[in-house]
Amino acid sequence: MSEAATGGLGLTTLTKRFGGFTAVDNVDLEIRRGEFLTLLGPSGSGKTTLLMMIAGFLDITEGDILLDGASIRDVPADKRNFGMVFQGYALFPHMTVRQNVGYALDVRGRPKAEIEARVDEMLELVQLSQFGQRKPGQLSGGQQQRVALARALVFAPPVLLLDEPLGALDKKLRVEVQDQLKDIHKRIGTTFIYVTHDQEEALSMSDRIVIMQNGRIEQLGTPTELYEKPRTRFAAGFLGKSNFLEMADGTHALRPEKIDIAPQGGLGGNARLSGTIRDITYFGAMKKYMVAVEGREDIEVGVDSWRNPHALHEGQSVELGWADHASIRLEEN
Amino acid sequence: MQALTRYISPGWLLVAPFFLLVVAFYLGPLVNILWLSLTDPEPGLGNYRMLTESDALARILWTTLRICAITTVFSVVIGYCLAYAMVHAHQKSQNWMLTLLLISFWISVLVRTFAWLMLLGHNGVVNSGMEAIGLIDRPVRFMRNELGVLIGMVHYMIPYAVLPLMANMQTLDPRVMAASRNLGANGVQTFRRIYLPLTIPGIVASSLLVFILSLGFYVTPAILGGGRVLMVAEYISVQLLVTLRWGTAAMLGTLMLIGVLALLWIMSRFMRLTTVFGGGATR
Repeated sequence: MSEAATGGLGLTTLTKRFGGFTAVDNVDLEIRRGEFLTLLGPSGSGKTTLLMMIAGFLDITEGDILLDGASIRDVPADKRNFGMVFQGYALFPHMTVRQNVGYALDVRGRPKAEIEARVDEMLELVQLSQFGQRKPGQLSGGQQQRVALARALVFAPPVLLLDEPLGALDKKLRVEVQDQLKDIHKRIGTTFIYVTHDQEEALSMSDRIVIMQNGRIEQLGTPTELYEKPRTRFAAGFLGKSNFLEMADGTHALRPEKIDIAPQGGLGGNARLSGTIRDITYFGAMKKYMVAVEGREDIEVGVDSWRNPHALHEGQSVELGWADHASIRLEEN
Repeated sequence: MQALTRYISPGWLLVAPFFLLVVAFYLGPLVNILWLSLTDPEPGLGNYRMLTESDALARILWTTLRICAITTVFSVVIGYCLAYAMVHAHQKSQNWMLTLLLISFWISVLVRTFAWLMLLGHNGVVNSGMEAIGLIDRPVRFMRNELGVLIGMVHYMIPYAVLPLMANMQTLDPRVMAASRNLGANGVQTFRRIYLPLTIPGIVASSLLVFILSLGFYVTPAILGGGRVLMVAEYISVQLLVTLRWGTAAMLGTLMLIGVLALLWIMSRFMRLTTVFGGGATR
């Protein structure tokens, strides 16, 4: 364990080609020490390839990776000292939970007593103290996920890489584990690099999000920045939902929940469009209206269910309005 | 009919004809052999007493066990390397390697044994080749001894060792090995502590298969051993065809059957046989 490693990573013109296919294309990225950074993108966007290059499992075609300013391009995976939580966890099925968690220290030849103490500490961190003697096959998905986390953090790595770690969990459990992950990140202060295609996960956990598409960084920013000020059509459509409106100065993105909807005449002079309700979907907290507007694509409007002041029904003529700053002009691409 | 189905499930009635067929044509002869071993030439345990009294028989059994054990070790070690190379090769070369393996698998044991006869003889390719490059002064005796039998048997058994190992290795999740590297283990540590333990079911399966098949080997020892290396199968055939002591032959056949069953039973105490023959990793 190098004490100097504190977990600031720099990617410079990082590129990965497989034959003629460019999986990661000229990525420049500064990852701050201690931050929770999410790589978000659809499958095939290059986010996992990028993570595998950082982990050292894939060779770099061009560019470099710097850890605290020094290149780690030629450092093999087992010498990088980065923790990693794999998709599907990749626990050692023939070892107990304790042996799994202690593995990294064991292969480094640490003394038994130190390993035992550290394993106890890690199992406590992930609340699995009473499961030490079980085999991974005897644990639930959520418990396995926590073993994988403890195993990856046991040697106090400066950077923790997480490859869709919650993909195998059901939705309710996923939200619970998200909170635990955030909590652990706060407590240990390690740099987390988190790969996911789930935008809710990205929004709720990250300090910053990198939206990736076709091997490139589409946009980088805090969750608020990305949601409120998407720069491209892809970013606006992938992180949250957006309506796209062609206006005089170009394409605008407009979030469904920023649109007011009312029966004809209900918005006074603030109406911008009028149409008919084609479909209503009830989500509990929200109601979604699909409004057909003459000469445009359907516009999606989201309204808090309890707020619904007008009893709107399918087929009704309505008008739509929004504040000037609600719609965001997108860059041409 | 109703009364019948109350006691016997209809499923059993459906399989009954096949069940009877197996009993009549498979179990029947087995019982017959057991019976012969106890009654020929005279009723009693006389045939079995020979095991403790006859030095020749003890030597043959010992030779058989030794050759089978050595064959198993070499076949499985070489098979492990081959299976590893095949599983981790690119798809295209994997197909090539599998084709070559299966060709050798399909060629008759007789043909393969005679091929070794050509290669290993006094004036065979191996000896004359080594002499030509000055490695040896006079021909090495490769045949008419245990070395020849072992070479022939290991060569024949390697495909049998490779197939269960491959089936096992293909079920392993490569991410588990990646996780080991990521946690700081080098290649040797990862192999010794993760890969090897996870392939134990495959090793056991292929060892059992090779050992059991070796026990009944006849052609290769007979030809490459040249009568000097006598194994149980050849001895049985001599008893049947030359000396006509069917009782002794039946006793040895029974002994081998019990041996195989005992082997399976011992293994089943250490691991679930379904894991072994399913070839899957313990999860």
